[in-house]
Amino acid sequence: MNRLTLWLLIGCVAAAALSVVAGKVWLPLDAWSAADPRSIIIVELRLPRTVLALVVGAALGLSGAVMQGYLRNPLADPGLFGVSSGAALGAVVSLFFGYAVSAYLLPAFALVGAATTMALLALIAGRSGSLMLFTLAGLIITSIGSSATALAISLAPTPFVASEIMTWLNGALTDRSWQDVELATPMIAAGAVLAAFLGRSLDALTLGEDAARSMGVNLGRLQLLVILSTSLCVAASVAAAGVISFVGLLVAHMVRPYAGHRPSAILLPSALGGALLLTLADAGVRLLPTVSELRLGIATAMLGGPFFFAMLIRMRRKLA
Amino acid sequence: MNGLQASAVSLTLGRRTVLYGVDLGFARGRVTALLGPNGAGKSSLLACLAGLRTPDSGTATIDGEVIAALDGRMRGRRIGLLPQSGEVHWNVDVTTLVGLGRLPHRGRFGETEADRAAVERAMAATDVAHLADRAVERLSGGERGRVLLARVLAGEPEWLLADEPLASLDPAHQIDVLERLREVARAGAGVIVVLHDLNQAARVADDVVLLRDGHVVATGEAQAVLTAPLLAETYGVTVEIGRASDGRRFIVPLGRA
Repeated sequence: MNRLTLWLLIGCVAAAALSVVAGKVWLPLDAWSAADPRSIIIVELRLPRTVLALVVGAALGLSGAVMQGYLRNPLADPGLFGVSSGAALGAVVSLFFGYAVSAYLLPAFALVGAATTMALLALIAGRSGSLMLFTLAGLIITSIGSSATALAISLAPTPFVASEIMTWLNGALTDRSWQDVELATPMIAAGAVLAAFLGRSLDALTLGEDAARSMGVNLGRLQLLVILSTSLCVAASVAAAGVISFVGLLVAHMVRPYAGHRPSAILLPSALGGALLLTLADAGVRLLPTVSELRLGIATAMLGGPFFFAMLIRMRRKLA
Repeated sequence: MNGLQASAVSLTLGRRTVLYGVDLGFARGRVTALLGPNGAGKSSLLACLAGLRTPDSGTATIDGEVIAALDGRMRGRRIGLLPQSGEVHWNVDVTTLVGLGRLPHRGRFGETEADRAAVERAMAATDVAHLADRAVERLSGGERGRVLLARVLAGEPEWLLADEPLASLDPAHQIDVLERLREVARAGAGVIVVLHDLNQAARVADDVVLLRDGHVVATGEAQAVLTAPLLAETYGVTVEIGRASDGRRFIVPLGRA
């Protein structure tokens, strides 16, 4: 384990501790004993929320790093380029069938949605590595996905239309339970295990497709694994928390100078960095003096948007 | 059936046939230049020999084994490809980039001592050892060309296939790269290189293959193939062939035939 990984781990532990303690009600360490009535806030609200922030953040950071490596594009992010929108669309469509069928229906539909959009992206732009093709494809897929989600919600026979739109298009971790943790964690773990097998192939792609194939990389198999891995991670995140953008973009970019630019070297740091960032951001939105809590998805977009601009300005010369 | 062999190789890309029943044999320890006008099928032939494309009919073999049927990583250890594009997508340092050439050899558990030694040898051979920690984006065109060649050499392949490795190099670095290719062949590997410059081909090649419209026009020792009539037939230009003061031949295109 290198130094960066160690620091990120320490950061995650510290952020998790802060996330449990901090909020509208501060819960110091003496609130932990079972006799204290506040312990129920910790066990039933703060802990699942903190665990979910860690897990979802790791999933978004990791899938962002995988997408960037595969597409050879430092701007790739599951939230910005349609994969999350696809998952959200799937999740919303599953609501037509009602929760009654199975608790797994929603994540399953989210998975189908995410895999479909990721496959579209990979098929349109994966082979060429063209930045423009990828950006345009991602843009269209995102806007189709979010308008279809809005359409599906407005057709749905539910009295909470407006708040549902908010839930799926701008993610949050408010009032999440252990059940959400149980649903999301296995899928994300499966996606992470798949991602662990991708490092060597992603490294080889640094030299372009022909060189990668000449070194024995099976591009078809790689594409399938990338689609599976990212859509498992993203679908579980969206099912648990809604669409949260920019996490993958931000952390992959931030860890790259310290981890080395090799795609395989940033996979683990991006996952840890994502967990750290999302846990801190989630503790942050709870501490902001707003009347109703600022939605996490909006907070990451407010952090990520200017950052994206800064990256574009720096890349301007290369892109022109 | 030793060496690389193309037997009646035909290849169609989309609706265009790019190779028509090409029969060629390549020997280890020699540099073979593939020459021909744009669209002659040079890169396609290289792709078949590297196992990137499977011929529609005929076979490409290495020591009698069908290349397209080899396991990808085993093939990668034996046949190294230096593609024309020269793309490097991430700003890695030179040692890391050259180390990518070891990927077909690497196990799940990272680099071994043998990997590091091979990378060092490759960097020394291409004279880029002093750039070890330099980021790729800070390399000059010539340095980048040599680093990319080092990447292929790090894999220590039995065969080195290079697609226009001289593009964007100045004359001094062109000579450097050609000398490296000669050394690789001297060390026992087979080298097949696509070139556009007839003079460089005359300089480096033991053997020459002339391709035109997917057919082999001529193949054989460089002296015998680089002649005015054959070059006229291949490129559609008249050439004058002279000798430089060191005895090397030079080839000057005069005009369309």
